[in-house]
Amino acid sequence: MDARRVTSAVPRVRQVGFFTPNAPPQQPGPTRSQSGPPISNSPPLSGSPASNSLSPVMIPPPRHLSDNLGRRTAAVPVPGRENAGYHGTVGSYNPSESVLGLESPPPSRIGDGEFSEGTESSLGWCRRSNSAKFASSFPGGGFDLSPAKQPESVAGVEAKNQLPEKSELQKEQASSSKPLKAKTTKAERRALQESQRAAKAASKAEANKSGTPGGAASSKPVKQPPQKKDGPPVAASIAASERIGVDHPAEKERKKDVPPPRMQFDDESRVGKAKKRSVLNQPETRNRVELFRHLPPHKDGTQLPHLESKFFELHDKHPAVYKVGLQYLTGDLSGGNARCIAMLQAFQQAIRDYSTPPQKTLIRDLTSKIGGFVSFLIECRPLSMSMGNAIRFLKNRVTKLPLTLSESEAKAALCSDIDRFINEKIVLADQVIVRHAATKIRDGDVLMTYGSSCVVEMILLYAHELGKQFRVVVVDSRPMLEGQKLLRRLVAKGLSCTYTQINAISYIMHEVTRVFLGASSILSNGTVYSRVGTASVAMVAYAFHVPVLICCEAYKFHERVQLDSICFNELGDPDAIAKVPGSVDVSYLDSLTDKQKENLELLNLKYDATPSDYISMIVTDYGMIPPTSVPVIVREYRKEYLLI
Amino acid sequence: MWWRSPSFILDRQQQQQQNDSVPPNPESLFLSSSPPSMADSLQNPKSNISAYYQTRAAHHAVVTSDWLAQAQAAVGRLPDDDDSSGSERKAAPTGGGGGGVRGGKVFSVINEFNNWRKQPDLAEAVAAIRALAAVIRASEATTMMELEIELKKASDSLKSWDTTSISLTAGCDLFMRYVTRTSALEYEDFNSARSRLIERAEKFGEISCKARRIIAMLSQDFIFDGCTILVHGFSRVVLEVLKTAAQNKKLFRVFCTEGRPDRTGLRLSNELAKLDVPVKLLIDSAVAYSMDEVDMVIVGADGVVESGGIINMMGTYQIALVAHRMNKPVYVTAESYKFARLYPLDQKDMAPALRPIDFGVPIPSKVEVETSARDYTPPQYLTLLFTDLGVLTPSVVSDELIQLYL
Repeated sequence: MDARRVTSAVPRVRQVGFFTPNAPPQQPGPTRSQSGPPISNSPPLSGSPASNSLSPVMIPPPRHLSDNLGRRTAAVPVPGRENAGYHGTVGSYNPSESVLGLESPPPSRIGDGEFSEGTESSLGWCRRSNSAKFASSFPGGGFDLSPAKQPESVAGVEAKNQLPEKSELQKEQASSSKPLKAKTTKAERRALQESQRAAKAASKAEANKSGTPGGAASSKPVKQPPQKKDGPPVAASIAASERIGVDHPAEKERKKDVPPPRMQFDDESRVGKAKKRSVLNQPETRNRVELFRHLPPHKDGTQLPHLESKFFELHDKHPAVYKVGLQYLTGDLSGGNARCIAMLQAFQQAIRDYSTPPQKTLIRDLTSKIGGFVSFLIECRPLSMSMGNAIRFLKNRVTKLPLTLSESEAKAALCSDIDRFINEKIVLADQVIVRHAATKIRDGDVLMTYGSSCVVEMILLYAHELGKQFRVVVVDSRPMLEGQKLLRRLVAKGLSCTYTQINAISYIMHEVTRVFLGASSILSNGTVYSRVGTASVAMVAYAFHVPVLICCEAYKFHERVQLDSICFNELGDPDAIAKVPGSVDVSYLDSLTDKQKENLELLNLKYDATPSDYISMIVTDYGMIPPTSVPVIVREYRKEYLLI
Repeated sequence: MWWRSPSFILDRQQQQQQNDSVPPNPESLFLSSSPPSMADSLQNPKSNISAYYQTRAAHHAVVTSDWLAQAQAAVGRLPDDDDSSGSERKAAPTGGGGGGVRGGKVFSVINEFNNWRKQPDLAEAVAAIRALAAVIRASEATTMMELEIELKKASDSLKSWDTTSISLTAGCDLFMRYVTRTSALEYEDFNSARSRLIERAEKFGEISCKARRIIAMLSQDFIFDGCTILVHGFSRVVLEVLKTAAQNKKLFRVFCTEGRPDRTGLRLSNELAKLDVPVKLLIDSAVAYSMDEVDMVIVGADGVVESGGIINMMGTYQIALVAHRMNKPVYVTAESYKFARLYPLDQKDMAPALRPIDFGVPIPSKVEVETSARDYTPPQYLTLLFTDLGVLTPSVVSDELIQLYL
């Protein structure tokens, strides 16, 4: 088991499928010793493919599917966990296979190996490249260079890392003689130049940081490694230097990523301090249920005039952000995706209109600016976890901006990053989810949904368009009555619907064949954090052996673990449950005197946590997965969307 | 080694001849019982019957009446044609799957596949991959892209030809995955890429056998002296596991379910008896009755699905339920090429693999017969999966699948 885990730590090449344990080169748990002289494993290394004894189905990393993403991950080196894996892969695999097979993060991997290995691996490198076939196949293959295949959107960094690699190898083949110049294309030369420039910039930055004079000899990460003489890949070292240059900030970043302990609203001193800072009036914390006093009190639309009057005081808040904040406050914007998209677009607007103040750097200033926006939005309404993920993505993009970019370039890059996040992680993800989920709807099904989830609505409409015959049961609850909105849209499209309140769920459940639910967030223990009431629906469905499908985009997955819905939640307006607007005859609570009201505590929770036991399947943009696989998605893809 | 001594084999043979319940030649026995129902089962249109289970039946030398009737009808025709009426129909419009023209004859990936899958020791996935290799060989493509498209077509036609076989689908997917990920870009020319792909495909069979060995080795830690193992159906992997355990001189006994409707349990018990393992045959409905004597359940799998559950021969689900209720571990042995990107939500949520059932007596026409050949066992009833990737809990399957296919 342990050995297996080691293999899976080697990030992208997996021996899933078939592997021959007898073949020495792919023994799990690679040993460095093999790497030095590659002769031991694969003596011939001749052109005949028969010479290597590998498992026929060792699957190299993907090239098509999440291509851009994977590649991008590769381009920007990720510190930390992978390093170990990369070390392993460089050395110990059967060389021809490993290099051919591993393609997703080549520059960083090689750079890494090259760098930390020193002579041993460089020896291996030269050896390997002695084999003519191998060397020639290397540049083209390992790095997937063919321009046709290269996605348009590949970042400049990547081009920098890749192209030089190729020219470098050509140089190597030509035994570092001059004809190189004739061979390289204009683009390649340019890329090389650019990469050198980048290296220089990085070295300068590094030197400044470490305080050592920027000599090549002293600053460790920047100096050209000694392999330079025997025709080493400059690009690799550049990659390495960039990587290391990025490394330490990234470490700090990670520390920063750990959220500070959440504000506990039953801690009076801190609440007092927060009140002074806040732009909104903190409502009185009277008559609140003991167990939930730590949660931020609900702020309702009545504060709107107050906030509006402060418009000119809050000059540092961009109007777009301000508008979104007001929309949150009044509840005009609701639904995880809508809120997230609105927020991102507001940030995009703010970034477009941003100009770096004198004597400040864009990266630092913009980060703090975004932090300011975020805290303003939090004051209007607590953020959902998915928005937290989006913000983390954005901040990461800002901090990872290359120093060499000009302000306008940086802004353009950020804006396109935001667009891409919205497009890939939300819009396209929804389409994929819809298509997956529709395969689970059969003719004659009775589908139940609760509240109003936009993904579920899309699924139902899509299945209806496909001509599937099914019936929908919309379950709803007070005080939001979101289900009615959904119901209205579904009925307008001609679906046959049943509408009921959550009280009747145990009655209606026996005729239901599938339950489709949305989610605000999915935590890594498989707990689904969603609109309050979801847990009851899921539990009743479980008791009736009805499969429960949760439809949720992967950007809403969060690595937090939560066992109950108490420690983190959002409070709604307590009056909303006490009063039934419009119907005077049921306003029993109105007649209470103030003294009587002192004994009354109202609790209007917005979310609840559904344990993973009650969930049959999670439909996400990576396919249909069991709830136990959420941490896998988080582990495999979080770094990717942080680094898109 | 005593169990290989000739005298032992002679003893076995004598015993077999005495023993009526283990027919030395199942065909003969079958022939005697099949005529009444033959007409009945012939009414089933051929396309309704799972090709996967036909292959299995052929491999196991258990001949269904339907198969037999077809074989009789096919006398005098080409040997190829007898069980490919489905394939003929489908292959013709697809123009030979992903075929080029080879030697003037239209090449069909499905015929190729049918040829391969007749070999008894060859797993279905291996046959599929060999068939795809044949496509590569026959192909006249000159670029990798062309070849990829051709292969895609071929694998699609293979998959659609028999939608019931999970390992066929998984095998095709796996190979396509390999092809699309390691393309010509890694090689200086197209031909070396091509030969590399073919070589990979050839090795596949070997690997599948090796996977069985690995699984057998891994499972040895779980079989302890004096234990009683309940097995269901005939699985080559399970047999390998038990064989290895016997070779390691473990003392255990095996309960075999009878394995309706194709008597797979009979066959397995026959094999085990040859190894001198104490074996007891149960009827399928006696599982709950004898579960308290059982220490563990070992089953094979037709397919391991994304939830970590398995799709296996009919009856596995109820055995797992009973075992779970009685707190007996349920172990699944499956090669990793059986991992499929499927996620059935319940029993009816998969393509049914139909197979005629021979009840031995005529069935009134008004009576409906459940002919589905397999069921889905949800992961919560499985304890561990023994695979060539290691011993996995059901939830790891999804992990592996995500890493494999995403």
